[in-house]
Amino acid sequence: MDPLLRVEDIHKRYGTEEVLRGVSFQLDRGQTKVVIGPSGTGKSTLLRCINRLTAPDRGQVWLEDVEVTAPRAKINEIRSQIGFVFQDFNLFTHLTALDNVRLGLVKVKRMGKREATTRAMEELTRVGLKDKAGAYPAHLSGGQQQRVSIARALAMDPKLILFDEPTSALDPELIGEVLNVMAQLAEDGMTMIVVTHEMGFARSVADEIVFMEHGVIVEQGPPEKLFRSPEVARTGEFLRKISELYGAEE
Amino acid sequence: MEAVIANVVEVTRHLPMLLRSSLINIQLLLALLVVGFLVGTVVALLQVYGGRFVGVVAFVYEWVFRSIPALVLLFLFYYGPAQFGLYISSFLAATLALGFRSSAYQSQVFRGAIQSVPPGQMLAARSLGMGRGRAVISIVLPQAFRLAIPGWSNEFASVVKDTTLAYAVGLNEIMRSARIIVDRRYDLAMLALLVVALIFLVFTYAGNGLLGVVERRVRVPGLTTAEPGGTRREHG
Repeated sequence: MDPLLRVEDIHKRYGTEEVLRGVSFQLDRGQTKVVIGPSGTGKSTLLRCINRLTAPDRGQVWLEDVEVTAPRAKINEIRSQIGFVFQDFNLFTHLTALDNVRLGLVKVKRMGKREATTRAMEELTRVGLKDKAGAYPAHLSGGQQQRVSIARALAMDPKLILFDEPTSALDPELIGEVLNVMAQLAEDGMTMIVVTHEMGFARSVADEIVFMEHGVIVEQGPPEKLFRSPEVARTGEFLRKISELYGAEE
Repeated sequence: MEAVIANVVEVTRHLPMLLRSSLINIQLLLALLVVGFLVGTVVALLQVYGGRFVGVVAFVYEWVFRSIPALVLLFLFYYGPAQFGLYISSFLAATLALGFRSSAYQSQVFRGAIQSVPPGQMLAARSLGMGRGRAVISIVLPQAFRLAIPGWSNEFASVVKDTTLAYAVGLNEIMRSARIIVDRRYDLAMLALLVVALIFLVFTYAGNGLLGVVERRVRVPGLTTAEPGGTRREHG
């Protein structure tokens, strides 16, 4: 089967610092890839290069048979097919949970208001926040805000969803509710790339783990292989360290 | 004492004329606020989102209209076009002169408000597939306008009073009516002007009350000037 997403030789430089130094990988439909690595190794930049929120300097991104990085690519149309979940949620402050989820349907997909409402309520229900539809972001907890933002991404019926450290801004007791929603999505067959430090999640949900450092992929493979017998010593070292910090249940 | 009472009665007789002409001030106020709002919003957007060249043009515009005295602007707009055979009404001249002037001040208020909307809001909108213009209209401006209300109220209070300057280009507004009373009976000057002052006290009071109502109506939790841009952390 053709891969859903192909990333080829992505480079990105900020000033003198080369954040991404040639990253390539593929992602199949229904697959969940977890990207791990020390801070400042370009994980977030990589995600943003995939939907061109950040323009890569070099390399190509293909979503099915469409080249995302082509200068004439219909980038807005492509972005509407790629969900993005931010570390800081970035819910629209002036809109209720329902309107946050509905806005893209109405403004981007040109869906009728009634249909959009039904669709948005489905997704809010899916993340367990049906009863918070009328609440403004300021009245929601961090965990609830992040779940609304996941519903906002889901409502667009994306081909894949990119998660940029979705639990890093959350209080520890709120992390579980967000990870549970994400694990359920993976189970439902959603294609996802998740940048995270949550090793327990990586281990139990990922089909494949990608370990990145200094702007390159050091090693990638199924979680069991990376956790038990990594080929590169540095991978094992990082996994041990991060597992101590964040905890990775067997 | 009797003379004072007689004067009050005389000025009261002119009250309908003063009130009628004060409607012209209100019309001018609304017209110049609309011009100032529309142009001010565009100038602010150009300063924030335009390139360097556009930004410089917008800056010069703002600088020019904030530097020239209002009275000079009024005369320039009224007599200027006439030099080229283009005769415009004193109302239109006053609307444009005071409106453009106000737009320079309003653009500052809006620019600050636009810049205090966190960049993540734009990113999230773009990630859904909205174009930049769409995102500005649906996401950035609705938040910026709410944040701008307090600053905009100051500008409102200031331009209410500026409408009396249109007297200088012959608009039949309230100052001109007061002047007619004074020309007939100079001893009524003090009283007539006090009535004008009183009318403006009411205008300002009513206007601020109205803006207060608007502010409460559109208020959204988490979006106030007390905590500009909300409470979120930026990306680390």
